[in-house]
Amino acid sequence: MKSSLAFHKVIVGLLVIYLIIPLVGTFLFSMAGKWDHTILPESYTVKWYIELFQDERFYRALQHTLFLIVVTVGLSVVIMLPTIFIITVYFGKWEKWLQAASMLPYGIPPIVGAVGLIKVYSDGPIQIAGTPWILVGAYFITILPFMYQGIRNSLRTVNAIQLVDAAELLGATKFQAFRTVVFPNIISGILVSTLLSVALLFSEFAFANLLVGGRFETIQIYLADKLNKSGHLTSAIVITYYSIILLLTGTVLKLTFRKENAPSLLKG
Amino acid sequence: MVNVRTMKPIPPLLANIEEREVLRKIKKQKLYLLALLLPFILFIIGFEIGPLVAMLKDSFYADDGIQVTIQQYLTIFKSKFYLQAIQNSLVISLFSAVTSVIIAVIAAYSFTKFSQKIQNRLLMIANMTSNFEGIPLSFSYIILLGNNGLFTLLFSKLGLDIFAGFNLYSWTGLILVYIYFQIPLAIMLIYPSYQGIKKQWKEASSLLNGTALSFWIHIGIPVLLPSIAGTFSILFANAMGAYATAYALVGSNYNLLSLQIASLVSSDVSLRPQLGSAMGVLLAATMIGAMWFNERMMRRIRRDLR
Repeated sequence: MKSSLAFHKVIVGLLVIYLIIPLVGTFLFSMAGKWDHTILPESYTVKWYIELFQDERFYRALQHTLFLIVVTVGLSVVIMLPTIFIITVYFGKWEKWLQAASMLPYGIPPIVGAVGLIKVYSDGPIQIAGTPWILVGAYFITILPFMYQGIRNSLRTVNAIQLVDAAELLGATKFQAFRTVVFPNIISGILVSTLLSVALLFSEFAFANLLVGGRFETIQIYLADKLNKSGHLTSAIVITYYSIILLLTGTVLKLTFRKENAPSLLKG
Repeated sequence: MVNVRTMKPIPPLLANIEEREVLRKIKKQKLYLLALLLPFILFIIGFEIGPLVAMLKDSFYADDGIQVTIQQYLTIFKSKFYLQAIQNSLVISLFSAVTSVIIAVIAAYSFTKFSQKIQNRLLMIANMTSNFEGIPLSFSYIILLGNNGLFTLLFSKLGLDIFAGFNLYSWTGLILVYIYFQIPLAIMLIYPSYQGIKKQWKEASSLLNGTALSFWIHIGIPVLLPSIAGTFSILFANAMGAYATAYALVGSNYNLLSLQIASLVSSDVSLRPQLGSAMGVLLAATMIGAMWFNERMMRRIRRDLR
Protein backbone atom coordinates (compact mmCIF):
# COMPACT_ATOMS: atom_id res chain seq x y z
CA MET A 1 0.00 0.00 0.00
CA LYS A 2 2.81 2.34 0.94
CA SER A 3 4.82 1.66 -2.18
CA SER A 4 1.75 2.36 -4.27
CA LEU A 5 1.36 5.78 -2.66
CA ALA A 6 5.01 6.46 -3.45
CA PHE A 7 4.23 5.62 -7.07
CA HIS A 8 1.40 8.16 -7.15
CA LYS A 9 3.65 10.73 -5.50
CA VAL A 10 6.23 10.26 -8.25
CA ILE A 11 3.58 10.64 -10.97
CA VAL A 12 2.07 13.77 -9.47
CA GLY A 13 5.52 15.18 -8.74
CA LEU A 14 6.68 14.69 -12.32
CA LEU A 15 3.48 16.20 -13.65
CA VAL A 16 3.73 19.31 -11.49
CA ILE A 17 7.39 19.79 -12.44
CA TYR A 18 6.52 19.35 -16.10
CA LEU A 19 3.72 21.89 -15.87
CA ILE A 20 5.62 24.59 -14.01
CA ILE A 21 9.06 24.32 -15.64
CA PRO A 22 8.19 26.61 -18.57
CA LEU A 23 6.82 29.19 -16.14
CA VAL A 24 9.80 29.01 -13.79
CA GLY A 25 12.19 29.10 -16.73
CA THR A 26 10.54 32.19 -18.18
CA PHE A 27 10.51 33.86 -14.78
CA LEU A 28 14.21 33.20 -14.19
CA PHE A 29 15.02 34.40 -17.69
CA SER A 30 13.18 37.65 -17.06
CA MET A 31 15.30 38.24 -13.94
CA ALA A 32 18.61 36.99 -15.32
CA GLY A 33 21.59 39.22 -15.91
CA LYS A 34 24.17 36.83 -17.24
CA TRP A 35 23.09 33.29 -17.94
CA ASP A 36 24.70 31.12 -20.55
CA HIS A 37 26.59 28.21 -19.09
CA THR A 38 25.16 27.50 -15.65
CA ILE A 39 22.02 25.80 -14.38
CA LEU A 40 20.81 28.91 -12.57
CA PRO A 41 21.55 32.48 -13.66
CA GLU A 42 24.87 33.91 -12.54
CA SER A 43 23.43 37.29 -11.68
CA TYR A 44 19.97 38.75 -11.25
CA THR A 45 18.60 42.06 -12.37
CA VAL A 46 15.32 43.90 -12.69
CA LYS A 47 16.51 46.01 -15.60
CA TRP A 48 14.26 44.15 -18.10
CA TYR A 49 11.22 45.10 -16.07
CA ILE A 50 12.42 48.69 -15.81
CA GLU A 51 12.92 48.74 -19.55
CA LEU A 52 9.47 47.25 -20.10
CA PHE A 53 7.72 49.72 -17.82
CA GLN A 54 9.39 52.58 -19.64
CA ASP A 55 8.24 51.31 -23.03
CA GLU A 56 5.40 53.48 -24.24
CA ARG A 57 4.34 50.92 -26.78
CA PHE A 58 3.69 48.48 -23.95
CA TYR A 59 1.39 50.95 -22.19
CA ARG A 60 -0.44 51.74 -25.42
CA ALA A 61 -0.97 48.02 -26.11
CA LEU A 62 -2.18 47.49 -22.56
CA GLN A 63 -4.51 50.44 -22.94
CA HIS A 64 -5.93 49.05 -26.18
CA THR A 65 -6.53 45.66 -24.61
CA LEU A 66 -8.20 47.20 -21.55
CA PHE A 67 -10.35 49.39 -23.79
CA LEU A 68 -11.58 46.36 -25.74
CA ILE A 69 -12.23 44.41 -22.54
CA VAL A 70 -14.15 47.19 -20.80
CA VAL A 71 -16.29 47.99 -23.84
CA THR A 72 -17.02 44.36 -24.73
CA VAL A 73 -17.65 43.00 -21.26
CA GLY A 74 -19.67 46.09 -20.32
CA LEU A 75 -21.76 45.82 -23.45
CA SER A 76 -22.22 42.11 -22.86
CA VAL A 77 -23.50 42.62 -19.31
CA VAL A 78 -25.82 45.45 -20.35
CA ILE A 79 -27.26 43.46 -23.27
CA MET A 80 -27.25 39.92 -21.93
CA LEU A 81 -28.75 40.61 -18.49
CA PRO A 82 -32.07 41.96 -19.78
CA THR A 83 -32.10 39.53 -22.71
CA ILE A 84 -31.72 36.41 -20.58
CA PHE A 85 -34.00 37.85 -17.91
CA ILE A 86 -36.79 38.65 -20.37
CA ILE A 87 -36.55 35.33 -22.16
CA THR A 88 -36.48 33.15 -19.02
CA VAL A 89 -39.25 35.10 -17.29
CA TYR A 90 -41.61 36.03 -20.15
CA PHE A 91 -40.80 33.96 -23.23
CA GLY A 92 -39.88 30.57 -21.75
CA LYS A 93 -40.56 28.78 -25.03
CA TRP A 94 -37.65 30.56 -26.74
CA GLU A 95 -35.15 29.52 -24.14
CA LYS A 96 -33.67 26.70 -26.19
CA TRP A 97 -33.00 29.08 -29.08
CA LEU A 98 -31.26 31.48 -26.75
CA GLN A 99 -29.17 28.61 -25.42
CA ALA A 100 -28.26 27.35 -28.89
CA ALA A 101 -27.23 30.83 -30.07
CA SER A 102 -25.22 31.43 -26.90
CA MET A 103 -23.39 28.12 -26.86
CA LEU A 104 -22.59 27.98 -30.58
CA PRO A 105 -19.39 30.10 -30.35
CA TYR A 106 -17.98 27.42 -28.07
CA GLY A 107 -17.69 25.10 -31.06
CA ILE A 108 -16.49 27.68 -33.59
CA PRO A 109 -12.77 28.49 -33.34
CA PRO A 110 -11.70 32.12 -33.93
CA ILE A 111 -9.88 31.13 -37.09
CA VAL A 112 -13.23 30.08 -38.63
CA GLY A 113 -15.13 33.04 -37.21
CA ALA A 114 -12.55 35.43 -38.63
CA VAL A 115 -13.05 34.16 -42.20
CA GLY A 116 -16.71 35.19 -42.24
CA LEU A 117 -16.14 38.43 -40.34
CA ILE A 118 -13.52 39.59 -42.83
CA LYS A 119 -15.90 38.75 -45.65
CA VAL A 120 -18.86 40.65 -44.15
CA TYR A 121 -17.05 43.75 -42.94
CA SER A 122 -14.33 44.42 -45.49
CA ASP A 123 -16.80 45.71 -48.07
CA GLY A 124 -20.51 46.44 -48.13
CA PRO A 125 -22.44 48.93 -46.00
CA ILE A 126 -20.49 48.53 -42.75
CA GLN A 127 -16.75 48.64 -43.30
CA ILE A 128 -15.25 48.12 -39.87
CA ALA A 129 -12.59 45.51 -40.72
CA GLY A 130 -9.28 46.75 -39.37
CA THR A 131 -10.87 48.91 -36.68
CA PRO A 132 -11.31 48.01 -33.01
CA TRP A 133 -15.09 47.90 -33.50
CA ILE A 134 -15.01 44.63 -35.41
CA LEU A 135 -13.11 43.18 -32.45
CA VAL A 136 -15.80 44.38 -30.05
CA GLY A 137 -18.35 42.42 -32.09
CA ALA A 138 -16.16 39.35 -32.37
CA TYR A 139 -15.33 39.43 -28.65
CA PHE A 140 -18.98 39.88 -27.72
CA ILE A 141 -19.60 36.52 -29.41
CA THR A 142 -16.43 34.97 -27.92
CA ILE A 143 -17.50 35.56 -24.33
CA LEU A 144 -21.17 34.78 -24.99
CA PRO A 145 -21.10 31.17 -23.69
CA PHE A 146 -19.56 32.25 -20.38
CA MET A 147 -21.81 35.24 -19.85
CA TYR A 148 -24.89 33.24 -20.79
CA GLN A 149 -24.14 30.38 -18.40
CA GLY A 150 -23.17 32.71 -15.57
CA ILE A 151 -26.27 34.87 -15.84
CA ARG A 152 -28.69 31.99 -16.44
CA ASN A 153 -27.36 30.03 -13.47
CA SER A 154 -27.59 33.08 -11.20
CA LEU A 155 -31.16 33.74 -12.30
CA ARG A 156 -32.05 30.13 -11.54
CA THR A 157 -30.36 30.15 -8.16
CA VAL A 158 -32.33 33.16 -6.96
CA ASN A 159 -35.63 31.86 -8.44
CA ALA A 160 -35.99 34.98 -10.57
CA ILE A 161 -39.45 34.04 -11.92
CA GLN A 162 -41.00 33.72 -8.46
CA LEU A 163 -39.23 36.85 -7.27
CA VAL A 164 -40.69 38.89 -10.12
CA ASP A 165 -44.16 37.41 -9.63
CA ALA A 166 -44.03 38.33 -5.97
CA ALA A 167 -42.79 41.84 -6.69
CA GLU A 168 -45.48 42.41 -9.34
CA LEU A 169 -48.13 41.12 -6.98
CA LEU A 170 -47.02 43.76 -4.52
CA GLY A 171 -47.50 46.43 -7.16
CA ALA A 172 -44.00 46.84 -8.58
CA THR A 173 -43.50 47.36 -12.29
CA LYS A 174 -41.38 44.92 -14.29
CA PHE A 175 -38.47 47.31 -14.39
CA GLN A 176 -38.69 47.97 -10.66
CA ALA A 177 -38.82 44.25 -9.97
CA PHE A 178 -35.73 43.70 -12.04
CA ARG A 179 -33.76 46.63 -10.71
CA THR A 180 -34.52 46.38 -7.01
CA VAL A 181 -35.14 42.67 -6.45
CA VAL A 182 -33.43 40.53 -9.09
CA PHE A 183 -30.37 42.59 -9.99
CA PRO A 184 -28.89 42.99 -6.48
CA ASN A 185 -29.29 39.27 -5.90
CA ILE A 186 -27.43 38.11 -8.97
CA ILE A 187 -24.63 40.67 -9.13
CA SER A 188 -22.13 38.44 -7.32
CA GLY A 189 -22.99 35.49 -9.54
CA ILE A 190 -22.25 37.55 -12.63
CA LEU A 191 -18.88 38.63 -11.24
CA VAL A 192 -17.36 35.20 -11.84
CA SER A 193 -18.34 35.00 -15.49
CA THR A 194 -17.27 38.60 -15.97
CA LEU A 195 -13.79 37.91 -14.62
CA LEU A 196 -13.53 34.74 -16.70
CA SER A 197 -14.42 36.75 -19.78
CA VAL A 198 -11.82 39.37 -18.93
CA ALA A 199 -9.13 36.69 -18.61
CA LEU A 200 -10.25 35.10 -21.86
CA LEU A 201 -10.10 38.37 -23.79
CA PHE A 202 -6.77 39.27 -22.27
CA SER A 203 -5.22 36.21 -23.88
CA GLU A 204 -7.05 36.46 -27.20
CA PHE A 205 -4.73 36.55 -30.19
CA ALA A 206 -6.35 34.97 -33.26
CA PHE A 207 -9.13 37.54 -33.84
CA ALA A 208 -6.86 40.44 -32.93
CA ASN A 209 -4.20 39.34 -35.40
CA LEU A 210 -6.49 38.39 -38.29
CA LEU A 211 -9.07 41.17 -38.05
CA VAL A 212 -7.01 44.16 -36.97
CA GLY A 213 -3.33 43.26 -36.59
CA GLY A 214 -0.92 46.14 -36.09
CA ARG A 215 -3.54 48.83 -36.74
CA PHE A 216 -4.78 48.56 -33.15
CA GLU A 217 -2.05 46.79 -31.25
CA THR A 218 -3.28 44.70 -28.32
CA ILE A 219 -1.03 43.22 -25.66
CA GLN A 220 -0.94 39.85 -27.47
CA ILE A 221 -0.02 41.43 -30.79
CA TYR A 222 2.71 43.42 -29.03
CA LEU A 223 4.00 40.22 -27.46
CA ALA A 224 3.99 38.35 -30.79
CA ASP A 225 5.93 41.19 -32.36
CA LYS A 226 8.56 41.17 -29.59
CA LEU A 227 8.89 37.39 -29.79
CA ASN A 228 11.98 37.40 -31.92
CA LYS A 229 13.65 40.41 -30.34
CA SER A 230 15.22 40.59 -26.86
CA GLY A 231 14.43 37.34 -25.08
CA HIS A 232 14.82 38.84 -21.63
CA LEU A 233 12.47 41.71 -22.30
CA THR A 234 9.88 39.36 -23.80
CA SER A 235 10.14 37.16 -20.71
CA ALA A 236 9.39 40.20 -18.60
CA ILE A 237 6.28 40.87 -20.72
CA VAL A 238 5.17 37.24 -20.46
CA ILE A 239 5.59 37.22 -16.68
CA THR A 240 3.78 40.55 -16.25
CA TYR A 241 0.99 39.36 -18.52
CA TYR A 242 0.71 35.99 -16.78
CA SER A 243 0.62 37.64 -13.33
CA ILE A 244 -2.46 39.59 -14.42
CA ILE A 245 -4.07 36.39 -15.70
CA LEU A 246 -3.22 34.60 -12.44
CA LEU A 247 -4.74 37.41 -10.42
CA LEU A 248 -7.95 37.21 -12.46
CA THR A 249 -8.33 33.43 -12.44
CA GLY A 250 -7.23 33.26 -8.81
CA THR A 251 -10.10 35.56 -7.88
CA VAL A 252 -12.48 33.47 -9.98
CA LEU A 253 -11.37 30.26 -8.25
CA LYS A 254 -11.71 31.84 -4.83
CA LEU A 255 -15.20 33.13 -5.59
CA THR A 256 -16.43 29.81 -7.02
CA PHE A 257 -14.91 27.95 -4.12
CA ARG A 258 -16.69 30.12 -1.62
CA LYS A 259 -19.94 29.66 -3.46
CA GLU A 260 -19.58 25.90 -3.62
CA ASN A 261 -18.68 25.65 0.04
CA ALA A 262 -21.51 27.78 1.33
CA PRO A 263 -24.41 25.39 0.58
CA SER A 264 -22.52 22.39 1.94
CA LEU A 265 -22.00 24.28 5.19
CA LEU A 266 -25.71 24.91 5.39
CA LYS A 267 -26.45 21.26 4.75
CA GLY A 268 -24.11 20.48 7.62
CA MET B 1 -68.48 25.62 -6.88
CA VAL B 2 -69.43 29.22 -7.01
CA ASN B 3 -69.11 31.13 -10.18
CA VAL B 4 -67.47 34.49 -9.61
CA ARG B 5 -69.56 36.08 -12.33
CA THR B 6 -72.83 35.17 -10.63
CA MET B 7 -71.65 36.64 -7.37
CA LYS B 8 -70.72 40.00 -8.73
CA PRO B 9 -72.62 40.61 -11.90
CA ILE B 10 -70.85 42.83 -14.39
CA PRO B 11 -72.58 43.88 -17.56
CA PRO B 12 -71.00 41.73 -20.30
CA LEU B 13 -70.09 44.72 -22.43
CA LEU B 14 -68.12 46.40 -19.66
CA ALA B 15 -66.24 43.17 -18.86
CA ASN B 16 -65.36 42.88 -22.47
CA ILE B 17 -63.94 46.36 -22.60
CA GLU B 18 -61.92 45.80 -19.44
CA GLU B 19 -60.57 42.54 -20.77
CA ARG B 20 -59.59 44.15 -24.03
CA GLU B 21 -57.89 46.92 -22.13
CA VAL B 22 -55.82 44.44 -20.13
CA LEU B 23 -54.98 42.41 -23.21
CA ARG B 24 -53.88 45.53 -25.03
CA LYS B 25 -51.72 46.52 -22.12
CA ILE B 26 -50.09 43.09 -22.00
CA LYS B 27 -49.53 43.18 -25.75
CA LYS B 28 -47.95 46.61 -25.49
CA GLN B 29 -45.70 45.41 -22.68
CA LYS B 30 -44.65 42.37 -24.68
CA LEU B 31 -43.76 44.55 -27.63
CA TYR B 32 -41.72 46.73 -25.34
CA LEU B 33 -39.93 43.67 -23.95
CA LEU B 34 -39.28 42.36 -27.45
CA ALA B 35 -37.69 45.66 -28.37
CA LEU B 36 -35.23 45.15 -25.53
CA LEU B 37 -34.12 41.89 -27.19
CA LEU B 38 -33.17 43.75 -30.35
CA PRO B 39 -29.49 44.51 -29.52
CA PHE B 40 -28.84 40.85 -28.73
CA ILE B 41 -30.47 39.73 -31.98
CA LEU B 42 -28.44 42.28 -33.94
CA PHE B 43 -25.18 41.07 -32.43
CA ILE B 44 -26.04 37.42 -33.09
CA ILE B 45 -26.92 38.14 -36.72
CA GLY B 46 -24.05 40.55 -37.29
CA PHE B 47 -21.21 38.67 -35.67
CA GLU B 48 -22.24 35.05 -35.30
CA ILE B 49 -24.79 33.74 -37.79
CA GLY B 50 -24.13 36.33 -40.51
CA PRO B 51 -20.40 35.66 -40.85
CA LEU B 52 -20.94 31.88 -40.77
CA VAL B 53 -23.53 32.11 -43.55
CA ALA B 54 -21.29 34.50 -45.50
CA MET B 55 -18.40 32.05 -45.23
CA LEU B 56 -20.57 29.12 -46.35
CA LYS B 57 -21.90 31.12 -49.30
CA ASP B 58 -18.48 32.47 -50.23
CA SER B 59 -17.05 28.95 -50.34
CA PHE B 60 -19.30 28.18 -53.33
CA TYR B 61 -17.94 31.00 -55.48
CA ALA B 62 -15.03 31.04 -57.89
CA ASP B 63 -12.01 33.26 -57.21
CA ASP B 64 -13.68 36.14 -59.06
CA GLY B 65 -16.54 36.11 -56.54
CA ILE B 66 -19.21 36.06 -59.28
CA GLN B 67 -19.45 32.53 -60.63
CA VAL B 68 -21.18 29.90 -58.49
CA THR B 69 -19.17 26.69 -58.39
CA ILE B 70 -17.84 23.91 -56.19
CA GLN B 71 -14.41 24.50 -57.67
CA GLN B 72 -12.91 25.60 -54.33
CA TYR B 73 -13.65 22.25 -52.70
CA LEU B 74 -12.31 20.41 -55.75
CA THR B 75 -9.14 22.50 -55.56
CA ILE B 76 -8.61 21.46 -51.95
CA PHE B 77 -9.18 17.79 -52.59
CA LYS B 78 -7.01 17.78 -55.71
CA SER B 79 -4.12 19.74 -54.23
CA LYS B 80 -1.39 17.76 -52.51
CA PHE B 81 -0.42 20.88 -50.58
CA TYR B 82 -3.84 21.54 -49.01
CA LEU B 83 -4.51 17.86 -48.40
CA GLN B 84 -1.22 17.75 -46.55
CA ALA B 85 -2.28 20.73 -44.42
CA ILE B 86 -5.47 18.88 -43.46
CA GLN B 87 -3.55 15.69 -42.83
CA ASN B 88 -0.93 17.44 -40.69
CA SER B 89 -3.65 19.10 -38.61
CA LEU B 90 -5.52 15.82 -38.16
CA VAL B 91 -2.38 13.88 -37.20
CA ILE B 92 -1.13 16.51 -34.77
CA SER B 93 -4.58 16.83 -33.17
CA LEU B 94 -5.10 13.07 -32.88
CA PHE B 95 -1.62 12.47 -31.55
CA SER B 96 -1.69 15.27 -28.97
CA ALA B 97 -5.24 14.39 -27.88
CA VAL B 98 -4.45 10.66 -27.41
CA THR B 99 -1.23 11.35 -25.51
CA SER B 100 -2.80 13.97 -23.27
CA VAL B 101 -5.81 11.78 -22.49
CA ILE B 102 -3.57 8.86 -21.50
CA ILE B 103 -1.41 11.08 -19.27
CA ALA B 104 -4.50 12.74 -17.80
CA VAL B 105 -6.21 9.40 -17.02
CA ILE B 106 -3.14 8.24 -15.09
CA ALA B 107 -2.45 11.59 -13.41
CA ALA B 108 -6.07 12.21 -12.40
CA TYR B 109 -6.18 8.73 -10.88
CA SER B 110 -3.03 9.53 -8.89
CA PHE B 111 -4.72 12.77 -7.76
CA THR B 112 -7.51 10.78 -6.09
CA LYS B 113 -4.98 9.05 -3.82
CA PHE B 114 -4.21 12.27 -1.96
CA SER B 115 -6.13 14.17 0.71
CA GLN B 116 -8.93 16.48 -0.44
CA LYS B 117 -6.83 19.53 0.36
CA ILE B 118 -3.94 18.40 -1.81
CA GLN B 119 -6.35 17.38 -4.56
CA ASN B 120 -7.77 20.88 -4.60
CA ARG B 121 -4.27 22.33 -4.78
CA LEU B 122 -3.37 20.06 -7.69
CA LEU B 123 -6.54 21.00 -9.54
CA MET B 124 -5.69 24.62 -8.99
CA ILE B 125 -2.25 24.09 -10.54
CA ALA B 126 -3.93 22.41 -13.52
CA ASN B 127 -6.36 25.31 -13.81
CA MET B 128 -3.63 27.93 -13.57
CA THR B 129 -1.33 26.27 -16.11
CA SER B 130 -4.23 25.72 -18.52
CA ASN B 131 -4.21 29.50 -18.91
CA PHE B 132 -0.62 29.43 -20.05
CA GLU B 133 -1.16 28.97 -23.76
CA GLY B 134 -0.84 30.62 -27.12
CA ILE B 135 1.92 33.15 -27.74
CA PRO B 136 3.36 33.21 -24.18
CA LEU B 137 3.57 29.42 -24.10
CA SER B 138 5.34 29.23 -27.45
CA PHE B 139 7.76 31.89 -26.30
CA SER B 140 8.46 29.95 -23.13
CA TYR B 141 9.30 26.85 -25.13
CA ILE B 142 11.50 28.88 -27.44
CA ILE B 143 13.67 30.15 -24.58
CA LEU B 144 13.84 26.67 -23.03
CA LEU B 145 14.24 24.44 -26.07
CA GLY B 146 14.85 26.74 -29.03
CA ASN B 147 18.11 26.98 -30.95
CA ASN B 148 19.71 28.97 -28.12
CA GLY B 149 17.37 27.63 -25.46
CA LEU B 150 18.45 27.14 -21.88
CA PHE B 151 18.05 23.36 -21.95
CA THR B 152 19.51 23.06 -25.43
CA LEU B 153 22.68 24.86 -24.38
CA LEU B 154 22.83 23.22 -20.98
CA PHE B 155 22.57 19.70 -22.33
CA SER B 156 25.06 20.26 -25.09
CA LYS B 157 27.54 21.65 -22.52
CA LEU B 158 26.97 18.65 -20.31
CA GLY B 159 27.79 16.49 -23.29
CA LEU B 160 24.30 14.98 -23.45
CA ASP B 161 23.03 15.10 -26.97
CA ILE B 162 19.34 14.33 -26.30
CA PHE B 163 18.43 17.47 -28.13
CA ALA B 164 21.04 17.13 -30.86
CA GLY B 165 18.53 16.10 -33.52
CA PHE B 166 15.71 18.02 -31.92
CA ASN B 167 14.19 21.01 -33.66
CA LEU B 168 11.54 22.97 -31.79
CA TYR B 169 10.33 24.71 -34.93
CA SER B 170 9.07 21.50 -36.47
CA TRP B 171 6.51 18.74 -36.09
CA THR B 172 8.10 17.37 -32.89
CA GLY B 173 8.23 20.86 -31.38
CA LEU B 174 4.59 21.53 -32.24
CA ILE B 175 3.51 18.19 -30.77
CA LEU B 176 5.44 18.94 -27.57
CA VAL B 177 3.81 22.35 -27.11
CA TYR B 178 0.34 21.08 -28.07
CA ILE B 179 0.58 18.30 -25.51
CA TYR B 180 1.61 20.84 -22.89
CA PHE B 181 -1.52 22.93 -23.28
CA GLN B 182 -3.79 19.90 -23.65
CA ILE B 183 -2.74 18.08 -20.46
CA PRO B 184 -4.12 20.52 -17.83
CA LEU B 185 -7.40 20.77 -19.75
CA ALA B 186 -7.63 16.97 -20.04
CA ILE B 187 -7.01 16.56 -16.30
CA MET B 188 -9.72 19.06 -15.41
CA LEU B 189 -12.18 17.29 -17.70
CA ILE B 190 -11.40 13.72 -16.63
CA TYR B 191 -10.87 14.21 -12.91
CA PRO B 192 -14.58 14.62 -12.03
CA SER B 193 -15.49 11.26 -13.57
CA TYR B 194 -13.27 9.46 -11.05
CA GLN B 195 -15.67 10.77 -8.42
CA GLY B 196 -18.31 8.57 -10.05
CA ILE B 197 -16.43 5.37 -9.22
CA LYS B 198 -17.65 4.37 -5.80
CA LYS B 199 -15.56 2.63 -3.17
CA GLN B 200 -18.38 0.13 -2.63
CA TRP B 201 -17.99 -1.11 -6.20
CA LYS B 202 -14.39 -2.04 -5.50
CA GLU B 203 -15.43 -3.79 -2.29
CA ALA B 204 -18.20 -5.67 -4.07
CA SER B 205 -15.79 -6.66 -6.82
CA SER B 206 -13.19 -7.98 -4.38
CA LEU B 207 -15.88 -9.82 -2.39
CA LEU B 208 -16.67 -11.65 -5.62
CA ASN B 209 -13.00 -12.63 -5.91
CA GLY B 210 -12.18 -9.90 -8.41
CA THR B 211 -8.64 -8.56 -8.54
CA ALA B 212 -7.71 -4.91 -8.87
CA LEU B 213 -6.93 -5.55 -12.53
CA SER B 214 -10.25 -7.25 -13.26
CA PHE B 215 -12.06 -4.41 -11.48
CA TRP B 216 -10.54 -1.84 -13.83
CA ILE B 217 -11.06 -3.98 -16.94
CA HIS B 218 -14.70 -4.86 -16.24
CA ILE B 219 -15.97 -1.92 -14.20
CA GLY B 220 -13.60 1.03 -13.88
CA ILE B 221 -12.62 1.62 -17.50
CA PRO B 222 -16.11 0.99 -18.95
CA VAL B 223 -17.52 3.57 -16.53
CA LEU B 224 -14.82 6.09 -17.44
CA LEU B 225 -15.00 5.40 -21.17
CA PRO B 226 -17.72 7.88 -22.20
CA SER B 227 -15.99 10.70 -20.36
CA ILE B 228 -12.62 9.71 -21.84
CA ALA B 229 -14.15 9.72 -25.33
CA GLY B 230 -15.86 13.05 -24.67
CA THR B 231 -12.64 14.60 -23.37
CA PHE B 232 -10.79 13.25 -26.36
CA SER B 233 -13.18 14.93 -28.77
CA ILE B 234 -12.85 18.29 -26.96
CA LEU B 235 -9.05 18.07 -27.04
CA PHE B 236 -9.13 17.09 -30.69
CA ALA B 237 -11.30 20.07 -31.56
CA ASN B 238 -9.11 22.30 -29.40
CA ALA B 239 -6.00 21.30 -31.32
CA MET B 240 -7.67 21.51 -34.74
CA GLY B 241 -8.69 25.11 -34.10
CA ALA B 242 -5.44 26.17 -32.38
CA TYR B 243 -3.84 29.07 -34.20
CA ALA B 244 -1.82 31.32 -31.87
CA THR B 245 0.55 28.63 -30.61
CA ALA B 246 1.39 27.36 -34.08
CA TYR B 247 1.66 30.90 -35.47
CA ALA B 248 4.19 31.90 -32.82
CA LEU B 249 6.23 28.72 -33.07
CA VAL B 250 6.46 27.91 -36.76
CA GLY B 251 5.00 30.97 -38.47
CA SER B 252 4.21 29.85 -41.96
CA ASN B 253 7.02 27.31 -42.12
CA TYR B 254 4.77 24.43 -41.31
CA ASN B 255 1.75 23.36 -43.28
CA LEU B 256 -1.27 23.38 -40.93
CA LEU B 257 -4.95 23.89 -41.75
CA SER B 258 -5.43 26.84 -39.39
CA LEU B 259 -2.27 28.58 -40.65
CA GLN B 260 -3.33 28.05 -44.27
CA ILE B 261 -6.80 29.51 -43.66
CA ALA B 262 -5.24 32.53 -41.99
CA SER B 263 -2.88 33.20 -44.87
CA LEU B 264 -5.64 32.72 -47.48
CA VAL B 265 -7.99 35.25 -45.88
CA SER B 266 -5.65 37.83 -44.37
CA SER B 267 -2.17 37.78 -45.83
CA ASP B 268 -1.00 40.21 -48.49
CA VAL B 269 0.63 37.65 -50.73
CA SER B 270 -1.73 34.72 -51.13
CA LEU B 271 -5.16 36.25 -50.71
CA ARG B 272 -7.84 33.80 -51.90
CA PRO B 273 -10.85 34.40 -49.64
CA GLN B 274 -13.17 31.92 -51.41
CA LEU B 275 -10.68 29.10 -51.04
CA GLY B 276 -10.10 30.14 -47.41
CA SER B 277 -13.86 30.03 -46.85
CA ALA B 278 -14.06 26.49 -48.24
CA MET B 279 -11.29 25.39 -45.89
CA GLY B 280 -13.00 27.21 -43.04
CA VAL B 281 -16.19 25.27 -43.79
CA LEU B 282 -14.25 22.01 -43.66
CA LEU B 283 -12.65 22.95 -40.34
CA ALA B 284 -16.01 24.03 -38.89
CA ALA B 285 -17.56 20.72 -40.02
CA THR B 286 -14.80 18.81 -38.20
CA MET B 287 -15.35 20.85 -35.05
CA ILE B 288 -19.11 20.40 -35.12
CA GLY B 289 -18.59 16.67 -35.65
CA ALA B 290 -16.32 16.48 -32.60
CA MET B 291 -18.74 18.52 -30.46
CA TRP B 292 -21.67 16.38 -31.55
CA PHE B 293 -19.71 13.27 -30.56
CA ASN B 294 -18.91 14.82 -27.17
CA GLU B 295 -22.56 15.69 -26.60
CA ARG B 296 -23.60 12.09 -27.29
CA MET B 297 -20.95 10.79 -24.93
CA MET B 298 -22.04 13.19 -22.18
CA ARG B 299 -25.61 11.93 -22.54
CA ARG B 300 -24.37 8.39 -22.05
CA ILE B 301 -22.56 9.35 -18.87
CA ARG B 302 -25.71 10.91 -17.50
CA ARG B 303 -27.80 7.85 -18.33
CA ASP B 304 -25.19 5.47 -16.91
CA LEU B 305 -24.47 7.23 -13.68
CA ARG B 306 -27.72 8.88 -12.68
